Amino acid sequence: MTLLSVLGVLSSAIFSGTSLLYTTLGEIIGQRSGIVNLGLEGVMLVSASAGFAVTAITDNPYLGVLVSIIAGGLMNMILGFLVISRRANQLASGLALMFFGFGLSAWIGRSYVGAKIKGLPRFPLPGSSNLPVLYSSLFNFDLLIYLVIPMAILIWWLLFRTRWGLGLRAVGENADTAFASGRNPLLIRYQALFAGGLLTGLGAAHLSIAYTMNWMEYMTAGRGFIAVALVIFSKWNPLRAIVGALLFSGAVAFQLLLQSSGIQVSPFLLDTIPYVLTILVLIVWGGTRRHTAPASLGRVYQGTE
Amino acid sequence: MLTPPLSSKTPPMISMREISKSFPGVVANDHIDFDIFRSEIHVLLGENGAGKSTLMKILYGFYRADSGRILLDGKPAAIQSPNDARALQIGMVFQDFTLIPAFSVAENIALFLPDLDTVVDLEAVSLWIEEMSARYGLRVNPDAMVYELSIGEQQKVEILKLILSNSRLLILDEPTRVLAPHEVDALFQILYSMRQDGYAIILITHKIKEVLECADRITVLRNGCVAGSLLRSNASEDKLVEMMFGRKLSGLKTGKKVIREETALPVLELQNVHTHGEGAETNLEEIDLKVYPGEIVGIAGVSGNGQRELGDVVLGMIECVKGTKHLFGKDVTNSSIQKLRRSLVGFIPENPLTMAAAPFMTVLENMAVTKTWHYALQGGLTMDWKAIKADVENTMERLGFSFSLNIPARSLSGGNLQRMIIVRELTHDPRLIIASYLTRGLDVQSTLAARQALIQARDDGAGVLLISEDLEELFMLSDRLIVLYGGRIVGSFTPDETNYYEVGHLMTGSEVQYASNS
Repeated sequence: MTLLSVLGVLSSAIFSGTSLLYTTLGEIIGQRSGIVNLGLEGVMLVSASAGFAVTAITDNPYLGVLVSIIAGGLMNMILGFLVISRRANQLASGLALMFFGFGLSAWIGRSYVGAKIKGLPRFPLPGSSNLPVLYSSLFNFDLLIYLVIPMAILIWWLLFRTRWGLGLRAVGENADTAFASGRNPLLIRYQALFAGGLLTGLGAAHLSIAYTMNWMEYMTAGRGFIAVALVIFSKWNPLRAIVGALLFSGAVAFQLLLQSSGIQVSPFLLDTIPYVLTILVLIVWGGTRRHTAPASLGRVYQGTE
Repeated sequence: MLTPPLSSKTPPMISMREISKSFPGVVANDHIDFDIFRSEIHVLLGENGAGKSTLMKILYGFYRADSGRILLDGKPAAIQSPNDARALQIGMVFQDFTLIPAFSVAENIALFLPDLDTVVDLEAVSLWIEEMSARYGLRVNPDAMVYELSIGEQQKVEILKLILSNSRLLILDEPTRVLAPHEVDALFQILYSMRQDGYAIILITHKIKEVLECADRITVLRNGCVAGSLLRSNASEDKLVEMMFGRKLSGLKTGKKVIREETALPVLELQNVHTHGEGAETNLEEIDLKVYPGEIVGIAGVSGNGQRELGDVVLGMIECVKGTKHLFGKDVTNSSIQKLRRSLVGFIPENPLTMAAAPFMTVLENMAVTKTWHYALQGGLTMDWKAIKADVENTMERLGFSFSLNIPARSLSGGNLQRMIIVRELTHDPRLIIASYLTRGLDVQSTLAARQALIQARDDGAGVLLISEDLEELFMLSDRLIVLYGGRIVGSFTPDETNYYEVGHLMTGSEVQYASNS
């Protein structure tokens, strides 16, 4: 394995990890308020297709990103209405949202399959211009990549250092206590889901407008579910999510590298490496759930009489 | 209508007028009038289910009254949510704590601060906590996580939370329930000094002794109505009891205690039992314990010191990692729960709804569920429901309990649920009864009946392990008393050898301090 291939893995991990990390951050906010969104896959697809379509029409990737973000927020509001206002079961509602997203995104994107767009512009990583062109071309990143780690830090700060974050986490632990402290748990959950949806939209935008610059049906290929697993992996902490997203997408890139190097293992098995890694991590980190998962996660807040 | 014997020249701070509130099937509050004055400790007294907590949750905006008015300094106040109540400087400590275990003390308190900055400065909050906790003698570590704290410490955090939230009216719902006697004294000292500082305090309780100790004014609720309101100087124990229950109660017949024969085979024997707890559970260590037929062994301890684990290890719900367990002389250290259940062991657990009942099954089905083999017909294809019903009704009559058998268990009130479990566990004349918090949630009459049933079983030769935090109950019923602290047995007495204070200090691990004081 050459230095070039190692750097290639790293570069590819950064590209594919970015959308994963934005999505994971969004899900962390939602789950910290007590709501599991199993429909992430659908939310991402609708955001990605809407953003891609707008970019293709207007030729303006920034407008596309904006539309993606808004689409993510609105999709999450559908879930919010079901599980907050209508007090529906979160898991069932999330799955319904996912299938709805499959269909809606296929319809939005139907005339844009294979369309060429101008993606988000890329800028070389400062300092990488001294490297040979072969290497430095691996470190041309778009704006969303540069912003993702500051965003994780910002979300951590919002959750753990602000009044809003304190109230939001309290709702996820015990909504009655949050209510007794003078807060409105329903409103806080809507806010959390909306904010989470915006971030999911950002992740989807990166996938279709910045990274692949392409749209096809079901292009997320399980990223929404991986994000849910990464939330657990990161123990609901935005900073740990950085590591999780890099590790997972690094494993994906690594197995692609193994396949291309002609190693004598079935590519089907190699494909499973990232998921085996995820399972292993969940096994190792399981059993210590106490006081890490939000205590009211998945529970409907019934309110008082 | 109610005319409270006013001594204060000042008008009331808050008046509740004609407050009514119904829940499905229950009228919790029926046209209640209630006044609160500044610089006064007002005790709200009544049995379980008299409507005390409901009334106070209405005042705090947690529930909304069906009808009635709340006046603040004579002007109508609209309290629709805790947010409204807090704006009027009303604060409340609920009976079941509202602390968040996964948060630190400082975070829990910050959550309730009225003028918290958008960006939370937890260090400033911690400093303030330390300042106020020193002033009222409520020492806690602001950085500690709440799940690490004992129940007594959590109570302190709850009260600090109220003081720091800038409340002028403090509502405390049964704050002494989980405290040892000397901690209760300390709490009252705090309340007295807060009264000096002009706070109005409402204390909800059903313990008459405490009322007479700390109240300035007493209001008694009975069945959702005001039974009377009077000043401390006009109150006496007899008068309060009469107001609470509407009539004098007959006492408990404890009967003669059977002298236990040391030669008899113990029904239960634990030798050097150790357990290994997960997470926040307590480890039991070096537990040596014998229960003989015809005696009640009381286990005292503040919750979280291994009582629950002791009950669980006897029944086999948790594993003994070391030591042996004998039941009726047979080694059952590694036997299954079903095997123990079949050998006439009755188990009344700590929390009937979550640990002993299937909420969506009917009461009758719940009665059969621990004894399915006994009632199985045709090899288990059907059940002998008639026999179950007959047995259950027989026991209910013997204990003087009555509740419907054909409704889902979840629709029973807390007290009836506890009655259901007691009936089920005493139906087959068990030879060993493990009873945790036997009378929690029961009103006074049912408490008497439940205790009488236990004494009856004892007199018929059963061995009883009674786990409780209610020292009065333990002293009244036990033939022997064992104190658990930190998962170890720290004291073993007959009730006449000791007193509340000694046991209370052992329960809280402060025996050394007690010895030097006495």
